[in-house]
Amino acid sequence: MTRTPILEAARLVFRRDLTLAWRRWDEVTQPLIFYVVVTTMFPLATTPELSQLRLISGGVVWVAALLSSLLALEALFRADVEDGTTEQWVLSGQPLGYLLLAKVAAHWMLTGLPLVLMSPIVGTALGLPFEAWGTLVVSLLAGTGTLSVLGGIGAALTVGVRRGSVLLSLLVLPLAMPLLIFGARAVTMAIDGDSPAGPLQLLAAIFFLALSLGPLAMSAAIRISVEN
Amino acid sequence: MWTWFHKLGSPPHAYRILGKMAPWFGWPALVLILVATWWGLWKAPTDYQQGDAYRILYIHAPSAWMSMFAYVMMAVAAAIGLIWRIKIAHAASAAGAPIGASFTFLALATGSIWGKPMWGTWWVWDARLTSELLLLFLYLGYMALRASFDDPQRADRASAVLAIVGVINVPIIHYSVQWWTTLHQPASVTKMDRPSIALVMLIPLFLMMAGFQLYYGWAMCRRLRGEILRRERNAGWLKEAN
Amino acid sequence: MDLQKFFAMGGYAGFVWSAYGLTALVLVWNTWAAYRSETEARTSAQRRTELSRETRT
Repeated sequence: MTRTPILEAARLVFRRDLTLAWRRWDEVTQPLIFYVVVTTMFPLATTPELSQLRLISGGVVWVAALLSSLLALEALFRADVEDGTTEQWVLSGQPLGYLLLAKVAAHWMLTGLPLVLMSPIVGTALGLPFEAWGTLVVSLLAGTGTLSVLGGIGAALTVGVRRGSVLLSLLVLPLAMPLLIFGARAVTMAIDGDSPAGPLQLLAAIFFLALSLGPLAMSAAIRISVEN
Repeated sequence: MWTWFHKLGSPPHAYRILGKMAPWFGWPALVLILVATWWGLWKAPTDYQQGDAYRILYIHAPSAWMSMFAYVMMAVAAAIGLIWRIKIAHAASAAGAPIGASFTFLALATGSIWGKPMWGTWWVWDARLTSELLLLFLYLGYMALRASFDDPQRADRASAVLAIVGVINVPIIHYSVQWWTTLHQPASVTKMDRPSIALVMLIPLFLMMAGFQLYYGWAMCRRLRGEILRRERNAGWLKEAN
Repeated sequence: MDLQKFFAMGGYAGFVWSAYGLTALVLVWNTWAAYRSETEARTSAQRRTELSRETRT
């Protein structure tokens, strides 16, 4: 029996998830709408003054993006675990981490990436200047990517748990605090005109760490959730 | 030496040994804590800058240290349980969590109480307190995950993965929080740092640290025995032992 | 140092004593909880042993 090369298998998983999401694309738009709604809450809760909103815009855009990403993460593995697809992956003998990473990548393209593309618009609504757009987008790319991996680990751990979405948030958010610190700070520095290179580099380092170790943790967690 | 470790993996053996070790941890812990309290409250002189409020250090710093120590121990035990599939390691991880969480809570509470006379507010977002707060979240998440599973084996292994992910994150969290607090006070030394401190004021700190450490050992012995009993419910050796 | 000054703690009495009191409380609670976790497990294990003996005979 010839085994499919892993990259081919990963690509299959990736395309499958994208196709499935295409058929239920209201699930894709929901986090985006949540993002806009949450960001709207801040001016309503504080002040309509753009000059004041600008001071917190970096933080608000980041917090709202993290929360919106988390919203969609709970269901990441549920469908596949329930119908036995994940079990097949575990039994297939393919390196499980790559398959799960492909799944997380597809999920990120459907949730994280739209958020990142939306962020300049949302940021401008909070007084974020055009000069900071680059930093905003770059920092959120790394941030949402890392969060997808962290959320993947959390989702794999909580896949069988009833109403696991709150638990998932409780598990993932503390782990995501460093991301928030560096990312929001980078954007704020860009707004102030300073170079955000420092925090951006740290953010990138965390992203690559998550990318390399995350699949290991995810496959361990999935195996635990799937085996009886 | 290796056979001793190996025997420890056997639950009935561990149960017996832990029972014998407990008083050797417990009584010295009590003595050390009492002596440290007396020394810290009575014998040590009043600080020139902070008055008598600095004495809170003697419980704040050891609590903070123990909260970190307990988390690392929990994660190491979890890793051993996960990698080598040693049940008692998982039991040790579970046993250590509430103890560590208590120390974290204590560190936060005493830090907050200390903050009021020193900075005038009940809460300050300084590096150590914020890190402790995040550590508390990690503990609570671990315990919440454990509690959400009916199957004890799955609970053990899932929470083990979480503990390992958490412990890798702890240095990252520490560094990032440190970095975050220095942004607004670049050159200041946080008031909880002590530039140079007289020996007579340091001794109660060491005594209390040692006391807390031994107390942890005692509490672990007791809780681990409980965990072993719970996990070995249907085992034969229990029936003979009772 | 006389006893009154000791209790006053240089004006910081409320803070110092509440901090130490809280510590005592947490340590005592932990001690009690640790003991209880062990004895509860032991009594439930004993009960199960007795139950299994009864059902056997």
